[in-house]
Amino acid sequence: MDRNRRPRQRYRQQSSVLSSRFSVLSHRHDTIHLDYSRVQGAIELVDVVRHFGRFAALRGISANLDSGKLHVILGDNGAGKSTLLRVIAGLLAPTRGRVAVLGTTNLRSVAPQVGFMAHAPLLYDELSAMENLRYFAALYGIYDHQRCAQAIRSVGLDPELTRRVGQYSQGMRQRISLARAVLHDPKLLLLDEPFSNVDVHSARDMARLLGGMRDQGRTIVVVTHQAAIMEPVADESIVMAEGRIVAKERGIPVHLLATQGATR
Amino acid sequence: MSQLVAVARRTLIKDLRLEWRSKDAINSMLFFSLLVVVIFSFSFDPTAEESRRIAGGLIWVAFLFASVVALNQTWARELRNQVLDAYRISPAPANSLFIAKAVGNFLLVTLLEALMAPLFVVFYNLRSIGPEYQLVLVTVLATWALVVNGTFFAAISIRTRSREIMLPLILFPISIPALLAMVDATTQILTGESSPWFWIQLLAVYDVVFTTACLMLFETVLNAE
Repeated sequence: MDRNRRPRQRYRQQSSVLSSRFSVLSHRHDTIHLDYSRVQGAIELVDVVRHFGRFAALRGISANLDSGKLHVILGDNGAGKSTLLRVIAGLLAPTRGRVAVLGTTNLRSVAPQVGFMAHAPLLYDELSAMENLRYFAALYGIYDHQRCAQAIRSVGLDPELTRRVGQYSQGMRQRISLARAVLHDPKLLLLDEPFSNVDVHSARDMARLLGGMRDQGRTIVVVTHQAAIMEPVADESIVMAEGRIVAKERGIPVHLLATQGATR
Repeated sequence: MSQLVAVARRTLIKDLRLEWRSKDAINSMLFFSLLVVVIFSFSFDPTAEESRRIAGGLIWVAFLFASVVALNQTWARELRNQVLDAYRISPAPANSLFIAKAVGNFLLVTLLEALMAPLFVVFYNLRSIGPEYQLVLVTVLATWALVVNGTFFAAISIRTRSREIMLPLILFPISIPALLAMVDATTQILTGESSPWFWIQLLAVYDVVFTTACLMLFETVLNAE
């Protein structure tokens, strides 16, 4: 029992140190006074609260994520990272607060400009990679098969492969999922644990790919436990704990690499 | 409008391809219907006249129960790997998904009916006294009545824990007017005793009302958490 508590206590101590040392966003509702009309970020969150029954997964999140940058969200399991990403994607409505994406609170209207990769692959196991992508491209009004093939090639796979997605390894499915998320050329890319079950070499390739997309002007938000993989390309890291943002920093500082996944 | 039709067409093709490869729904429906036909024919051993009187109820109750299997499968495959989320965040119209699912279920249940009809004729020694073209009309309207509500309520019940129980609990009470109309219309045609047109018109009205209601409400159901 005591052994289980120690890492969390240590993390809390580190979080409080981080809070005092870096550009901290307070989680207290009464201290947030963002002038919403002036904010120019790709994502603007104002006092966002999300409850699941009586459990508060997000407790007054306020942040402004700049456009054209690669943001990495870090934190322990249950910190609210995935919930936050789903709220930004419009898959979950906040219980309270305001979410603006690409300058509008009408998230439906910016759907064509948002790419989303969830923890699950969001692919049909019985279809091949190309069949999956052709279907999802059609949802965005894209009927150019070459574009789907190019998206598959961009993640290092062969579009000619006829194997069904269910027969691929978890890592390859993650790559196809990334291809699905980017095939409509979104301005904002939201990725939830894109490197889970991906070998380190492939994960680094994917991180480089994300860095390249950021350089082309896209805004990217990555939720991950593997901070070290994102370290070379990350512009900003956001640390969450217990449904709150406890720190927001440039890049991924060394001390966060030690606490937030040591995969190198 | 063109996007609505284009996405619905793509979704329908995708669903039919998935069903062709997995055969989850059609196999379950076929075995269930086959069991009903065989068990009832051995249980009752009716004469030709009795068959004509009970066949309407028997056929449609068998198809109603069998279609529940397909209806649950339709949405279950969208929840595997959370694929439905990919649809929800896309700009594709919600009603494209509903139309594709309803038409896909309609085709599956119609295929089931086409395969099972000869067996019903053989096992129950059925011969229609009324005009047979009316049976085709009743079949089309009744099948649509089953699947349009079924697709809608399956979308609601799919996220509940006991969805296999939940769907019949919601669907069957609301299908009672349609079930009454399809059974009576079929019986009137088979026995030739009176005109089935009142029941056929009731089925048509039921279809129009519930199709409209489902189309109006589906986006809310799709985005419900």
